[in-house]
Amino acid sequence: MSTLIKQEILENLLSHTGSGFEKQRASAIDTLRSQGLPTNKSEEYKFTAITKKIEKGIENFEPAAAFTITSDQVKENVFEGFDGVILVFANGTYLPSLSSEIEGLEISHFSEKPELAIGSIAKPEKDPFCALNQSTFEEGLFIGVPKNTQFRKPVLLLNFYQANSGHVIQPRLWIEAGDFAEITFINHTVNLSSSPYLLNKVVEIKGGINSQIRYYRLQNDGENAIEISNLEADLHKDGKFTSVTISLSGDMVRNNLSINILGSNSEANMYGLYLLNGKTHVDNHTNVDHTVANSESNELYKGILADRSRGVFNGKIFVRQDAQKTNAFQQNNNILLSEDATINTKPQLEIWADDVKCSHGCTTGQLDEEALFYLQARGIAKDHAKGLLLYAFAGEVVDHITDESFRDYCIAQVHQRLGSNF
Amino acid sequence: MLTIKNLHASIEGTPILRGINLEVKAGEVHAIMGPNGSGKSTLASVLAGREEYEVTQGEVTFKGKNLLELSPEVRAREGVFLAFQYPVEIPGVSSTNFLRTAVNQVREYRGEAPLDAVKFLSLMKEKMKLVEIDQKLLSRALNEGFSGGEKKRNEIFQMAMLSPTLSILDETDSGLDIDALRVVSNGVNQLKSDENATIIVTHYQRLLDYIVPDFVHVLYNGRIVKSGNKELAMELEERGYDWIKEEIDSKATV
Repeated sequence: MSTLIKQEILENLLSHTGSGFEKQRASAIDTLRSQGLPTNKSEEYKFTAITKKIEKGIENFEPAAAFTITSDQVKENVFEGFDGVILVFANGTYLPSLSSEIEGLEISHFSEKPELAIGSIAKPEKDPFCALNQSTFEEGLFIGVPKNTQFRKPVLLLNFYQANSGHVIQPRLWIEAGDFAEITFINHTVNLSSSPYLLNKVVEIKGGINSQIRYYRLQNDGENAIEISNLEADLHKDGKFTSVTISLSGDMVRNNLSINILGSNSEANMYGLYLLNGKTHVDNHTNVDHTVANSESNELYKGILADRSRGVFNGKIFVRQDAQKTNAFQQNNNILLSEDATINTKPQLEIWADDVKCSHGCTTGQLDEEALFYLQARGIAKDHAKGLLLYAFAGEVVDHITDESFRDYCIAQVHQRLGSNF
Repeated sequence: MLTIKNLHASIEGTPILRGINLEVKAGEVHAIMGPNGSGKSTLASVLAGREEYEVTQGEVTFKGKNLLELSPEVRAREGVFLAFQYPVEIPGVSSTNFLRTAVNQVREYRGEAPLDAVKFLSLMKEKMKLVEIDQKLLSRALNEGFSGGEKKRNEIFQMAMLSPTLSILDETDSGLDIDALRVVSNGVNQLKSDENATIIVTHYQRLLDYIVPDFVHVLYNGRIVKSGNKELAMELEERGYDWIKEEIDSKATV
């Protein structure tokens, strides 16, 4: 247990608690006070010493204030060819004046919806940072897609961060798709400062019957940023949820992604790509819980690690006793480009049902020298050939992004990374 | 065009080539034959620049340049082409994309303008006929899921696209049925000219019925121990390699 976090910092942070949702905040505070933030003895954070990182980098734990940004800044950071609606956030605070006028979605602050069951999907007792957010977040945003609404245009969540050293940013979203509703989110980050800050985000997603939700994100954090995200979705009958997470930079990033399959014939897809260099540390913990029969989950996470970077992948699949006829597939593949790069990968399958199809596999290796030689032997320069091979490896994840403008943007980012730093 | 003098090469400290001498002129077809483990494929790999092999002695000049100093890609751009014994499957890289990159990097090196998409496609169509390769194959990832015959055809197709001056065919005939063999050798024959040369590395004489060599060399224990014309290949087919082994081994003991 981290003493520093228990005594001064925690109390300091708790003194900045936002208002509303007192009951939920109180229970989260209890959880936090009794558990503290994770240490390297905590099983779930064994390879990711994030509390230590926070103690070193974050001095006083003050919430970062909202700030003004211009409409030009918004324009500059929208992908070329993007045809959708834009919600703008500054340090987690929603800025309606810079956001698109949106018809067909319900968008409200949490404070306008005191009945919202926050913490019922992403439960504070599951993760200390989830508890930290729930106890001290200032304001959250509810995005609702009404029943039977197929919201065709993608929704860009454009997050600007500008923090001073020691700042904490704790955004919180609740996304709810009604029965037969459909929506795509693109979460994008723009960093306006290079100071160390802690971003601790919680997203709760509730998918109605036969709903389809896609949530894409590109993590391009500042080199000193510490990011923790807890994204958890409840999926009901015939529902489908797809997550694509692309992590490119940051000091230390920890993503907890959990999907609870609560209705039959539903489908959970989790795709991830981490291209790391320098000393970036990215940890993806995923969890899919099949609780009912006839559901499916597909998971593919791929990593390319250079320099002294470190990747962690932990994929849990639970198949409960009632979840017969489950199909669950998981794959994690890594390429290490440097002797100093590290990957810790751990598939974790717990299966109680007896009539299921589950598979998992992980590979870690170097770039295929034989393939590299083959391309060179055809006249392709070594660096270019490396880029081709690495892109071929990474592209399999990027291909799952359905929005063309965002996919093209990601492809360009990936190419840039593979061409410059590897 | 190509001069190999006293070439020694080893892999992980084990000598494989122990003094190869060979002269290849433009317009010639040379067959390199020999029993398994004699160093045939090593010779092909060393010429193409595979890094695992260490050249410990000797020299190789190609069109007046020291070939051994050049990277594999520069060798290819200079006009050396190796048809792989085991073409590599590369998932995620489309055949067309790969070839266009290769062709244009080679052209750039030779001071030629890159081919635009239209010109590239028409070149591809023209060369596809040569090896009777299906366009469907080329829309797939490079060699992925190709049959053995399709892979070898794709090698010759790439050779046609890159128009090399020195083609080295490493066991291109192995694993081919007679029809595929005919198609592949037909392609090679059509690409032959007075300006380019071909080295055929093979264990069997079969391919040489279709691609007629000007010279046949027998490689044994890392050296060329016998050279002749196509009659030598016929003799090897009839008598096997043992008589040559005996001849050499008895000389060695004397």
